[in-house]
Amino acid sequence: MPVENPRLLTKNYDTPNSWTLAAYEASGGYQALRKAIAMGPAAIREEVKAANLRGRGGAGFAAGVKWSFLKTSPDKPNYIAVNADEGEPGTIKDRTLMEKDPHRCVEGFIIAAYALDVHTVFVYIRGELVLAIKRIEQAVREARAKGYLGDKVIDQDFKLDIVVHAGAGAYICGEETSLLNSLEGLRGEPRLKPPFPAVVGAFGAPTIVNNLETLATVPTIIELGGDAFSKLSRLHHLRDGGVRLYGISGHVNRPGVYEAPVGITLRELIDDLGGGVRKGHTLKAVIPGGSSTPVLREQDVVHAPDEKHPLHAWHGKSHLDVPMGVDTMRGLGTMLGTCCAIVMDETTSMVRVAENLMMFYAHESCGQCTPCREGCAWMARLCQQVRRRHGHAGRPRHARRRRQQHHGQHHLRARRRRGDAHAGDPEAVS
Amino acid sequence: MAFELTPERLAIFEELLPKYPTKQALTIPLLHICQEQAGHISDEVIEYVAKKLSLSTADVKGVVTFYTLFQQKPVGRNVVWVCRTLSCELMGARDITRALEEKLDCHVGETTKDGEFTLLEAECLAACGGGPMIQLNDEYFENLTPEKLDAILDAARKKKDGGCAVTFSPVGIRARKEH
Ligand SMILES: Cc1cc2nc3c(=O)[nH]c(=O)nc-3n(C[C@H](O)[C@H](O)[C@H](O)COP(=O)(O)O)c2cc1C
Ligand code: FES
Repeated sequence: MPVENPRLLTKNYDTPNSWTLAAYEASGGYQALRKAIAMGPAAIREEVKAANLRGRGGAGFAAGVKWSFLKTSPDKPNYIAVNADEGEPGTIKDRTLMEKDPHRCVEGFIIAAYALDVHTVFVYIRGELVLAIKRIEQAVREARAKGYLGDKVIDQDFKLDIVVHAGAGAYICGEETSLLNSLEGLRGEPRLKPPFPAVVGAFGAPTIVNNLETLATVPTIIELGGDAFSKLSRLHHLRDGGVRLYGISGHVNRPGVYEAPVGITLRELIDDLGGGVRKGHTLKAVIPGGSSTPVLREQDVVHAPDEKHPLHAWHGKSHLDVPMGVDTMRGLGTMLGTCCAIVMDETTSMVRVAENLMMFYAHESCGQCTPCREGCAWMARLCQQVRRRHGHAGRPRHARRRRQQHHGQHHLRARRRRGDAHAGDPEAVS
Repeated sequence: MAFELTPERLAIFEELLPKYPTKQALTIPLLHICQEQAGHISDEVIEYVAKKLSLSTADVKGVVTFYTLFQQKPVGRNVVWVCRTLSCELMGARDITRALEEKLDCHVGETTKDGEFTLLEAECLAACGGGPMIQLNDEYFENLTPEKLDAILDAARKKKDGGCAVTFSPVGIRARKEH
């Protein structure tokens, strides 16, 4: 089946000056806001629930459900913090939304704010993305001048301001609690959960943190209705609804950002949208949704003979032929993540791939917890040694042990049993 | 000498101030504004920011050292960030880094002798589909080959941005000027 090409989220991408208010309004922009305000906050929240909108930031949590966790209190305001800190290697989608269709983002923020009784939206944009920051700021200015923001949003008794906040270069600030710390002017180190941001978030007040694409999808949901939006997905029955942006990079002919229904397969993403693996080469491996998601290979097949298994429908098929959804990818032992795949052909050294990504995590570790702060650098060095063929038979075991420590699965007792006096000694690696 | 913001930049800070519930939240925006003027975050800048926001210098320094975009020592008039992360590397980022090192006659992490360029490596800049890529000040250049670099570097050499010590800033005068 050919990949459907709905062009809902990306409908303005090719319009000249698509980032201006005039262009956005000419394509029907801000009509969803009018409709939403006529519906009222509770009805908006119901539509978003019915849309089965899974968060587009990586974890895939249902946005409508998250919104219902907002714990309002009479003495504190509610906030929305928009996560536009796009930094997960391979991920390229939020930047295009901000640069090419900032008003769609702003309209989404306003509708969400109205639904959640929020009067200040903080948009945390990665500091490097200067053009995106300028475009969103300009959109906010235009929207304010037109009366979509300010003391009376389209003449209603509803006050709203959007504050654009530039980050300063730290991957971890994409993690929602680090983002809140960073917004408050602190080092971007994660907070312990609970309390969750919906209870204690920015400046101690209840806060909904959503990915930028999640909120930029809201105008479309209002326009179509939640259920109709959800049914655009091939995984509507798994409560994973709608359309979303896919990204693809690496060894393909047409890297870039594409819109498609939720639930297309990796093979469709690579071959139909990405134009296939570059000429004369064959696929070796693919990282499905940003560098934090485990690698998939074509030759691996789904083993789910049990009829109750969520992946039973794809029993015996290649991992690349399983639809990409939050739950299906989890079933494969990987994650959907940001839905932006990195494709590698047969010329790629997987050891070097691991080294490159471990260098990323070593550089970006916020340093708060020892396993990540020390472990990432160890893993990078270990990969380097294997690549340079200085590794010996003992190394893979060593790497496994480090990884287990990293995941907190390693028990001191087991180490003592092996008489490993140096477990945890950094010098042991080099 | 003590650091002071120019009135034009101070006005940006004062416009932002009432938008946040705490003063401390302005740490990062104010540091960006200061860096645009001063070129890097010196001890004087840290003292200025701490005083403006009623914080300790340790609070501010803690923030400065956490974030990659705050330069703790002087940088060249132009800053070149080469993305070294996976998607870009798959498409040849290492050739770009090597070519830049040759063309600028300096290593990653260094500034050219004439003070025109500082060459730095960046982690994934959300432009993976256009790899290999660089960020030159606040502009992205994608789908690069070593041959394309000369024209880009030459144009940067010729461009003079009056009033800014560094030509990168997401908050400050430059960010407001062009669209
Ligand atoms: C290390 C780390 C980095 C993250 N980076 C981002 C990011 O850049 N953008 C984003 O939207 N979410 C990111 N997330 C996910 C957020 O914590 C959070 O789940 C998300 O913003 C929630 O929005 P959503 O429900 O709309 O997806 C990251 C999470 C972790 C653990
Ligand atoms: S890997 Fe270079 S921009 Fe993402």
